[in-house]
Amino acid sequence: MSRFASAFGKSAPALVCFITAGDGDTAANLDALVEAGADVIELGMPFTDPMADGPAIQAANLRSLGAGTTTADVLRYATDFRTRHPDVPLVLMGYANPMVRRGPEWFAAAAAEAGVDGVICVDIPPEEDDALGPALRARGIAPIRLATPTTDAARLPQVLEGSAGFLYYVSVAGITGKQQAAIESIEANVARIKQSSDLPVAVGFGVRTPEQAAAIARVADGVVVGSALVEIVGEYGADAPAKLRELTSALAAAVHAARQEQTA
Amino acid sequence: MNTHLNSFRNQPDDRGHFGQFGGRYVAETLMPLVLDLEREYRKAQADPAFQAEFDDLLEHYVGRPSPLYFAPRITEELAKLAQPGNGAQVWFKRDELNHTGAHKINNCIGQILLAMRMGKTRIIAETGAGQHGVATATVCARFGLPCVIYMGATDVARQAPNVFRMKLLGAEVIPVTSGGATLKDAMNEGLRDWVANVHDTFYIIGTAAGPHPYPEMVRNFQSVIGKEARAQMLNRTGRLPDLLVACIGGGSNALGLFHPFLDDPSVKMLGVEAAGHGLDGDEHAASLLGGSPGVLHGNRTYLLQDEDGQITEGHSISAGLDYPGIGPEHAWLKESGRVDYTAVTDDEALEGFQLLCRTEGIIPALEPAHAIAAVAKVAPTMPKDSIVLMNLCGRGDKDIFTVAERLGVEL
Repeated sequence: MSRFASAFGKSAPALVCFITAGDGDTAANLDALVEAGADVIELGMPFTDPMADGPAIQAANLRSLGAGTTTADVLRYATDFRTRHPDVPLVLMGYANPMVRRGPEWFAAAAAEAGVDGVICVDIPPEEDDALGPALRARGIAPIRLATPTTDAARLPQVLEGSAGFLYYVSVAGITGKQQAAIESIEANVARIKQSSDLPVAVGFGVRTPEQAAAIARVADGVVVGSALVEIVGEYGADAPAKLRELTSALAAAVHAARQEQTA
Repeated sequence: MNTHLNSFRNQPDDRGHFGQFGGRYVAETLMPLVLDLEREYRKAQADPAFQAEFDDLLEHYVGRPSPLYFAPRITEELAKLAQPGNGAQVWFKRDELNHTGAHKINNCIGQILLAMRMGKTRIIAETGAGQHGVATATVCARFGLPCVIYMGATDVARQAPNVFRMKLLGAEVIPVTSGGATLKDAMNEGLRDWVANVHDTFYIIGTAAGPHPYPEMVRNFQSVIGKEARAQMLNRTGRLPDLLVACIGGGSNALGLFHPFLDDPSVKMLGVEAAGHGLDGDEHAASLLGGSPGVLHGNRTYLLQDEDGQITEGHSISAGLDYPGIGPEHAWLKESGRVDYTAVTDDEALEGFQLLCRTEGIIPALEPAHAIAAVAKVAPTMPKDSIVLMNLCGRGDKDIFTVAERLGVEL
């Protein structure tokens, strides 16, 4: 069974946690997330021009690059994570250019070697899948696609075609870390996607509190939290692991209990 | 028109690819919008009323056709450097005489007509030197649409007159402080605005770059330059020019001039990038000559980047050329060998700037000053009866402060 299937196959919804690689003590921060209950890890690859990200993740990208983080460093964080956490799905998330710089085959091979389960590339839509998708699939890495409120019914099959792992539903048309969508809209869109696909659907963008996370977990297979965690890394530096543990525990408790509440 | 199989003028393909370049590398949120834009643009292209309105505005509002000018004194000056029998005639396509002082307005007219046709009610744009921002603010004022211009905070500081112009024209200018606070960061912020306001907002991209259909669409709107020049030259001299020269940041003025001539085999073309302090260091903005292929801002093209694919900051004395990428069609034209590319340093551009002021009584923008410097090198090597046609794509009023500072003159 793939790590994704295990993570999303539990009776409770999954908590997906994002931080940017090379921002703060990455290994300690990742351990804190997993120990506090994260089911899936998204590790951000820093990029100079994070066009789809809001201020919090932009700042994290700049801090990471300012500290000298390289692609080799990101892959090393991934490799070390896989050694410490053999069962937790690990996703690299980022932008096309750092991923295709040495060629898609190089990147796919390096990611596979590092034990990466999936890749989210923000700026490679299905139309440009050739740029990375075939190389990932050949190495058994799941290309995880994004669906958004602007992805209509006619387009959805194209997004799902060639997707694997899970589908990331971006709940607002916008950048990361800003406003959150109405739960009714999220519920309707997740239901729509699930009619067309067996893939688990994780919902993100703008999720900051356990209450928000619980509300989404009631209607989706997973909840993605990023900016709120990245802000903690930015604010607390070396003390971030303890603070990350605090928020992640609360988020995990809320997400994991969501369906029980619902059925109770 | 020539559309046979071996044409250089039938790019891109239906996915927006110019060979391996171009494409639609955008976030999923923007993808449906980009596809919709392409559909609407195709309809507009096929609609004679759209073309008629575009032509009418270019004639009566922009001031087209711009003159084709034989420049006798710069021709004479450069011929002094030539071997006997050499020293080409120098001609200029005078797009600096357009309303707002540069070629940028051609594209803005086209895009705002498309925006209104699509029912969009809010316009955004990015700007570097401020020329595209001014042109966008101008058409927004002309058609009564609210306008938000993203401009790197560094550029806001060094281009104060253009910031004031945009404000006079009713635009909101938002300084962008992320990254190096220049053009690429302004473009990032424009994309972030667009992704959050897809329902009512049209993004007027200022150069022949970005996701398909922008590179093709901007090129087509700017092709009025080359179409006019080709007809004017044939009318005046009965022949085609031997060499076209244009400066390149993103590359829209160059494509506008080059594209209508691409299938004229006798016409050679030279694109001029900004070499800043020199191509041997990092302080330049020559994506083609000093960069490598990658993906940024919606397209695959040549970029200034490090070994990990991180984008590096360009440098040029000209804020309008100071961008770490280039339109994807130029990347393709370079690889196909149809167009030659060279680069000119800040110092050479400053000399070109002064040469034109002195010999022809025209103060050029620093962007075409790079092309002038290239003309000054190449014209003396060409036969006396040959013709060099350069796109004089902008006037230099905006640059006199930068030039004064570089020449050590206090105003």
